[in-house]
Amino acid sequence: MTALRKIFARWLPVYAGLYIVFLYLPVVFLPIFSLNTAVTPKFPLEGLTLKWYEELPNTPALLDAAWNSLVVGIAAAILSTVLGICAARAITRYRFPGRRTINGLIMAPLVLPEIIVAVSMLLVILQMGLDLSLMTVVLGHVLVCIPYSLTVLTSGFEGFDRSLEEASADLGETAFGTFRRVTLPMVTPAIISSLLVSFTISLDEFIMAFFLTGTKPTLPIYIWGQLRFAAKLPGVLALGTLLLVGSFLLLTIAELLRRRAARRSQNTGGAFA
Amino acid sequence: MPEHTPADHRTMIEISRVTRSYGAFKALDDASLTIREGEFFSLLGPSGCGKTTLLRMIAGFDNPTSGTIAVDGQPMDGIPANRRPTNMVFQSYAIFPHLNVEQNVAYGLKRLRLGAAEEKRRVEEALAQVSLTGLGKRGATELSGGQRQRVALARALVMRPKVLLLDEPLSALDKKLREQMQVELRRLQQAVGITFILVTHDQYEALAMSDRIAVMFGGRIAQVASPKEIYQRPVNRQVADFLGGMNFVKAEIVEENGASLVVDTLGFGRVRTDKPAAFVRNGKAATLGIRPERLRVLWDDAKAKFEVAGRVVERHYFGEITHLIVEIPGLENPLSVTETNDFGADDIPVGAPIRLAYDPDALVAMAD
Ligand SMILES: Nc1ncnc2c1ncn2[C@@H]1O[C@H](COP(=O)(O)OP(=O)(O)OP(=O)(O)O)[C@@H](O)[C@H]1O
Ligand SMILES: [Mg+2]
Repeated sequence: MTALRKIFARWLPVYAGLYIVFLYLPVVFLPIFSLNTAVTPKFPLEGLTLKWYEELPNTPALLDAAWNSLVVGIAAAILSTVLGICAARAITRYRFPGRRTINGLIMAPLVLPEIIVAVSMLLVILQMGLDLSLMTVVLGHVLVCIPYSLTVLTSGFEGFDRSLEEASADLGETAFGTFRRVTLPMVTPAIISSLLVSFTISLDEFIMAFFLTGTKPTLPIYIWGQLRFAAKLPGVLALGTLLLVGSFLLLTIAELLRRRAARRSQNTGGAFA
Repeated sequence: MPEHTPADHRTMIEISRVTRSYGAFKALDDASLTIREGEFFSLLGPSGCGKTTLLRMIAGFDNPTSGTIAVDGQPMDGIPANRRPTNMVFQSYAIFPHLNVEQNVAYGLKRLRLGAAEEKRRVEEALAQVSLTGLGKRGATELSGGQRQRVALARALVMRPKVLLLDEPLSALDKKLREQMQVELRRLQQAVGITFILVTHDQYEALAMSDRIAVMFGGRIAQVASPKEIYQRPVNRQVADFLGGMNFVKAEIVEENGASLVVDTLGFGRVRTDKPAAFVRNGKAATLGIRPERLRVLWDDAKAKFEVAGRVVERHYFGEITHLIVEIPGLENPLSVTETNDFGADDIPVGAPIRLAYDPDALVAMAD
């Protein structure tokens, strides 16, 4: 037993190292090959260039796709955050029968196979006689984003001491004034964080978009389309790199905001807060 | 009544027949109470007896199922919390975490539009009252428990309410700080002259700070009186027990008239005592109570006009005092006696015969 444990202890760091390499190596290749002069992604690199990046703005189809993604992302972020606020408020503030079940149902899309959910949504939308469009993509993305929104918002709202709102009323403030001066400033970081997370997820989401989009592609769909042409690969890599950096930045900001919100709502009072 | 009770002052809060039901359960049951202007009044009782419920109804966060509450002669029915002349210090303090100390204290003043100079002056004054001068720019999350408590107090006081409500404001503090704050809070109340209503489950806190106390059990008000009266003349065994140890002795009423009672007991013989104002006769049986510190050990040949004799069965040492358990022939329960250690009560051997002196005035009659 102890011998086994010793072997584990010795090899665990190696395993962890390999695991991380396996996970992140492709991510590192992306920016590297996007700077390569040659079209085929092969080592050694032929030379360094920024031309693939420079070509990006000159591709109208790409600009269209980017615009579509932006519209879908903003709409999905707002919708999923608004719905998330309602759910998070109910879950953190009230004790009602079925609270856990409802929480579970909202979180479910996180673990369901996305392709199954996407196909089901497609069926439902066709049954309802709706045309596929960016609107239907937004609906699909809201479903995918809500679990993340809910998680971020719940952590921001949790521990929001109800007596803060009572204290505000006690000091003479109206219901609206209380919302403006106490509730809003306290939950704003969590809300912004939820918007950023949802937007980022929507931006890279492929499966839902693939099934639910009509004739207008989003960025991931556009990228997938481009992969058929070997010559377009470096452009796709450049675009992917930009998406990667953008997503990373947005998620970092979101996490910083989420932590700030959680810290605030945990420090409201004495031992009873 | 002790002389410091502002008995001549007018009524500040009138609670008449207030009941608060949650379904069939009554958190507060037909409570009536008059609180005077400038009084330090405490609501004392065990957990769940309805103290917070009553306080929240005075503040306007909750409404009575029946009955009325009037503040300064004005019925409060339908008046929301933000338009009541009361302010509250919350048990959790409820300091706004996104504002600094100064902004917290100025929160309620903003609506009054006093002008920057006057607002600043009032904030400074309130901070000085709670000894927080100089901490105005501190963030709300950078305060100790005691400092938070002071900010909550300043934030309420700065509004100059007619009534300040405090829900267990000291319960989160450690013992030493709590005792210091008791003194400070009492001093502050006397300085500002505002009516304070304090909720607490700590009998010593209530006794030490209040002009008057209402003792509550299970949603009902059992007794309203000065600390001394409550401690010395509890109306029933429950109140007596809640305010520290009390020996109970079975008694039988032999005579009852306007002001006094004559009862027969087994251990103490026939005793004449004052009849408590709230005494209601319930058959012949009654209970006599005596506090452990009102029984004194008689040394050697010392004689007292009133004494009982017995035998020490237990002895517990507490530093400055010793706690003796004494069996008295005829009494079904042994008596608890606390005696200071200046004369060697800590050396009395267990099993020794002992005589105890008492003052018949210390015997309080309670209906059974
Ligand atoms: N919203 C509610 N629904 C049902 N019962 C309630 C509600 N609020 C309070 N109660 C009940 O009313 C009773 C009195 O509660 P209250 O908070 O006034 O007690 P308390 O005297 O302040 O006790 P503590 O010292 O523990 O704070 C309790 O038994 C409590 O369970
Ligand atoms: Mg309470």
